[in-house]
Amino acid sequence: MIYLDNAATTPVSGSVLDAMKPYFSEKYGNPSSIYKVGQEARSALEHAREEAAKLLGASPKEIIFTSGATESNNLALKGVAFYWSQVLDVKPHIIVSSIEHHSVLDVAEYLEKNFGFEITKLPVSEEGIVDPKELEKSIRENTALVSIMYGNNEIGSIQPIGELSQIVRKANEGRENKITFHTDAVQAFQYLDTNVNDLDVGMLSLTGHKFYGPKGVGLLYVRDGVKFLPQTQGGSQERKRRAGTENVPYIVGMVEAMKNANKSGKEISVLRDYLVESITKEIPDVVLTGPKDNTKRLPHIAGFIFKKIEGESILINLDLLGIAASSGSACTSGSLASSHVLTAMGYDDLLAHGSIRFSLGKMNSRDDVDELMKHLPQIVEKLRGMSPIK
Amino acid sequence: MSDMYSKEVMDHFMNPRNVGEIKDASGVGEKGNPTCGDIMKMYIKVGKKDGKEIIEDIKFQTFGCGAAVATSSMITEMVKGKTLDEAEKITNEQVAKALGGLPPIKMHCSNLAANALHDAIENYRKK
Repeated sequence: MIYLDNAATTPVSGSVLDAMKPYFSEKYGNPSSIYKVGQEARSALEHAREEAAKLLGASPKEIIFTSGATESNNLALKGVAFYWSQVLDVKPHIIVSSIEHHSVLDVAEYLEKNFGFEITKLPVSEEGIVDPKELEKSIRENTALVSIMYGNNEIGSIQPIGELSQIVRKANEGRENKITFHTDAVQAFQYLDTNVNDLDVGMLSLTGHKFYGPKGVGLLYVRDGVKFLPQTQGGSQERKRRAGTENVPYIVGMVEAMKNANKSGKEISVLRDYLVESITKEIPDVVLTGPKDNTKRLPHIAGFIFKKIEGESILINLDLLGIAASSGSACTSGSLASSHVLTAMGYDDLLAHGSIRFSLGKMNSRDDVDELMKHLPQIVEKLRGMSPIK
Repeated sequence: MSDMYSKEVMDHFMNPRNVGEIKDASGVGEKGNPTCGDIMKMYIKVGKKDGKEIIEDIKFQTFGCGAAVATSSMITEMVKGKTLDEAEKITNEQVAKALGGLPPIKMHCSNLAANALHDAIENYRKK
């Protein structure tokens, strides 16, 4: 198999698996138990928390372990919004970008629909980047939260988080109830600086499985002083901010994976450039989506639109050859609408349905790209031969 | 991904029958919706057999997912040589059934081949 879908998930690396193993059947205690095997688990958990905090430039108590980025994003948005509506008694306004992952976008829409909260979706440029001026214009008196992702999962565009957070910082001057800036850093963590002080964010979401850690575990960084209402009740775990027995082996695994992330996207961006060059040179009528400037693109993601054909039909052909990639289009995501990211960038539905995302990882080499290119041009040609679109 | 489709769907998707256009078609039909990401075009050549109008030849062009291509291909096989009256009675559900079923999410959006065919017959009759 040639796996070109590393933005979807990655395999658990050997060292991560080794780090996890003792906490299944050996040091299996509940971290809340006072006896030895419980305290062994507690110590592993707190050690992991310290390590994670260090890697993010945070303090340990600012780390809440969760079941993944979807939960982290839900907690960030709902937690802050409900704090405003229930404790401050102010109807909250939430600003998100129009290209957020569904675990942010759908939560914002849910809060709007069911609770009447105010939502602003910031537009993006045709390269998929939020204009800081748009954020500045959108801030209202009752703005509670701004949530803008660090790097987009579909097209790889990097958002100017540092610049955006300064707008929020400025808007907070003299405010009694401060606006919280949250970023979903799921795709960016392993390649970009995610020091929370450099970024100047109040909340940040991560998940383990995008950087060779296990699935089903993530974290939410919450800066000391940021107020939110916990969304899970039933125990005093995570300082009463997220009830439920901590998933010790997975937390240990995720933090091991965080430590292994080398933060250098250099090697992988060279491979990505080779992929982009191969596809755009050898196949006519292809559009590389996202930023033209490579410094504004995550090193591992390259999205393409193959004009006149539909994404799923390309993916099935690749799948039959043992090549795994994904599409932002309706058929694979299980919904019927075309990619909200591409339509927000101004692509029409037909073009948006022709999108394919390749995302690279440390297992990939030039040979994988060469193997892909042995087949992709013919697949595209065959499907175009069947297309009614001229 | 190919696992979500039946063997018949995969066969018709990978080896579609009757792809292309008929230059001097008797009728042309088109159905689909860019929002859903499926567009089907059907070309029919109508002839006469035993005094009845039949579909002598049929070809299709489809932009869409595996199910969209397979249903288009399947219907061309089902109606070739059939009378127009018979062809008009074919439903999307029958096409899906002939393919061994479709994933539920595809039933509404990608299962439009019968509509495209009926559109082509109507186009012919209006001429």
